[in-house]
Amino acid sequence: MPQLRIVVLVKQVPDTANVTGEAMKEDGTINRAALPAVFNPEDLNALEEALKLKDRYAARVSVVTMGPPAAVQVLRESLYRGADEVILLTDRAFAGADTLATSYALSLAVEKLGGADLVLCGRQAIDGDTAQVGPQTAEKLGYPQITCVSRIDALSAPAAGGEAGSGAITATRSIEGGFETLTSPLPCLLTVTGEANDPRPASVKLVMTYKGIDAEAMPDYDDSYLDPEHDEAEVCMIGRDGKPVCRAKVVQWDHEALAADREALGLRGSPTRVKEIESVVLAQSEARMVEPDEAGIAELVHELIEEHILG
Amino acid sequence: MASLDGGAPVNGAMRNDVWVVVEQHDGVTAEVSLELLGRARELADQLGVQVGAVLIGAGDALKRIATDLVARGADTVYFVAHTDLAHYLAQPYTEVVTSLIREHEPQIVLYGASTTGRDLAPRVASALRTGLTADCTDLRIGDHSLKGEEYKDLLYQIRPAFGGNIIATIISPLHRPQMATVREGVMVMPEQDRRRDGRIVAVPVTRAKERIAVRAGVVLSDEDFAVTLVKRVQEEKRVDLKGARIVVAGGVGVGSREGFALVEELARTVGGVVGASRAAVDAGWIAQDHQIGQTGTTVRPKLYIACGISGSVQHRAGMDQSARILAINDDPLAPIFSVAHYGVVGDLHKVIPLLIQAYKTKGAGGAAAPAPAAADGGAS
Repeated sequence: MPQLRIVVLVKQVPDTANVTGEAMKEDGTINRAALPAVFNPEDLNALEEALKLKDRYAARVSVVTMGPPAAVQVLRESLYRGADEVILLTDRAFAGADTLATSYALSLAVEKLGGADLVLCGRQAIDGDTAQVGPQTAEKLGYPQITCVSRIDALSAPAAGGEAGSGAITATRSIEGGFETLTSPLPCLLTVTGEANDPRPASVKLVMTYKGIDAEAMPDYDDSYLDPEHDEAEVCMIGRDGKPVCRAKVVQWDHEALAADREALGLRGSPTRVKEIESVVLAQSEARMVEPDEAGIAELVHELIEEHILG
Repeated sequence: MASLDGGAPVNGAMRNDVWVVVEQHDGVTAEVSLELLGRARELADQLGVQVGAVLIGAGDALKRIATDLVARGADTVYFVAHTDLAHYLAQPYTEVVTSLIREHEPQIVLYGASTTGRDLAPRVASALRTGLTADCTDLRIGDHSLKGEEYKDLLYQIRPAFGGNIIATIISPLHRPQMATVREGVMVMPEQDRRRDGRIVAVPVTRAKERIAVRAGVVLSDEDFAVTLVKRVQEEKRVDLKGARIVVAGGVGVGSREGFALVEELARTVGGVVGASRAAVDAGWIAQDHQIGQTGTTVRPKLYIACGISGSVQHRAGMDQSARILAINDDPLAPIFSVAHYGVVGDLHKVIPLLIQAYKTKGAGGAAAPAPAAADGGAS
């Protein structure tokens, strides 16, 4: 039975949506390092779409992230939800990448996995809100794209033999004041919005299965799992007791593993530069304060009416 | 052409034009495209270059749009009409825009940060291997020194980032074109000037099975049309936030979907339109078309009443140009107070009823004259 090959691109991000008092510095700016790192919310929606397809079709779900070694946490969370295979792109050469350099590295990873029928990612990440990496990765892979997807309407899996050009997906994307529905042949890249679904929580059973991954699954730039035809059994983790503990492990790839052009990676491969960052400082209030009682409010409303701002 | 293929220094290649990729659907121009023409005009005048507009589509309305683009500030309209281009599709539109950029080498290309612009611009940037900055709130011209080299007249692409906690100025010193998307409502729409002169250049479109070489214009192959549009449904904008004289907006402090009834009642009473922060929309208390801020609508009403909105940078970017701002929040340190003209520190569930009551009695702590109820604010 032919397997649908799905690659999900995810990112670990600082939790900019919930800035707590602890992350605020005395001068009113934010201490970015103090924000907890989380699974980018819409990437979880993308993973959920992949897992829903896996529930219905014979599918293999691979999850790729690029980031520092600590980003392995989002890969673990992907395994706990049902991903079959996880890949961490980590290398100093990737550091400082803008969306163009990021999409280059991600597209090489998808190609190294032997391509995919479907590439899914969140519409945008909450640290930058650019929504650029999805379309740029699609362009680099030469895949069509459907962005801002709120619903996958239909999928016809590729025919046996994996003949190019077979299989198609129909998806609905949100646009200003409405929606549009598009059909694309496979392979195709979709970016998924928070509207699409409610992501499933981690499965207790899978957490137990993959628990052993913490201790030993981080060999230095392990490149053993390169062949997509590789038998799953051969990539079993061996636990301390000598028995296989899981059928997946974190694969790490660096720029050499990707055979990447170093000039196109990281800061060097990034056309954009941050010239200046201005922390938003909460300015001293210049508002005229009004008492929250009947007299105060009545006076304010009276004044606004007098000035023809109200009424 | 080396300048477009990444890496080659382009210092001094500053004679080239400033472009806007115009968005139109069924013969109606997106307002953001016209707003961008206004800013493109200013940038081009500062640089001493011309403004180009790329117009893609089909049908009779396209010619009228082209004339309007000239009246709004374009010197040259690249007019790309073909029946297969009637509706926006990522791949053929990318092919058209990248072909034109390669041919004419503009130094700056601007797009609306709509779902269309945010679909198209990154794909173009990737194909050209150039930089792109999303959702800018300001664009300026300025210099930069890098490794001892002086770069003159770069495009400063200014945007909030990191959940609105920082404002970043992004530049693309070594790559051309410099590209950015800009949200609707951030720039001021230029008036029409019917006396302006401009060229409308028809770009030949060759439709072929395979990618072939032609002497002029754009080639679109079958491969570009792999994706097909099944259906497009767009409702009339029911919420006219931009045209509202008064906006009454609710945020997290409103607390619930039911809580929004109070915000709606205040809006109804004063003849205003209901707005919301992103957090309130994300919480599902109110529909997305009410959202104000960087990822929603930008408004400049006569009066903006912020109820239980803390005032992130993104939200403020969408409302801080309002003539008067009244903020109601129980947190005296809420950043919204830093842009407000009037502040009420208190529970909005108590303050809003007081406002409604005061308005109904016309703030009568003595003002007896019954003012006419001029509720002409375009209620939702």
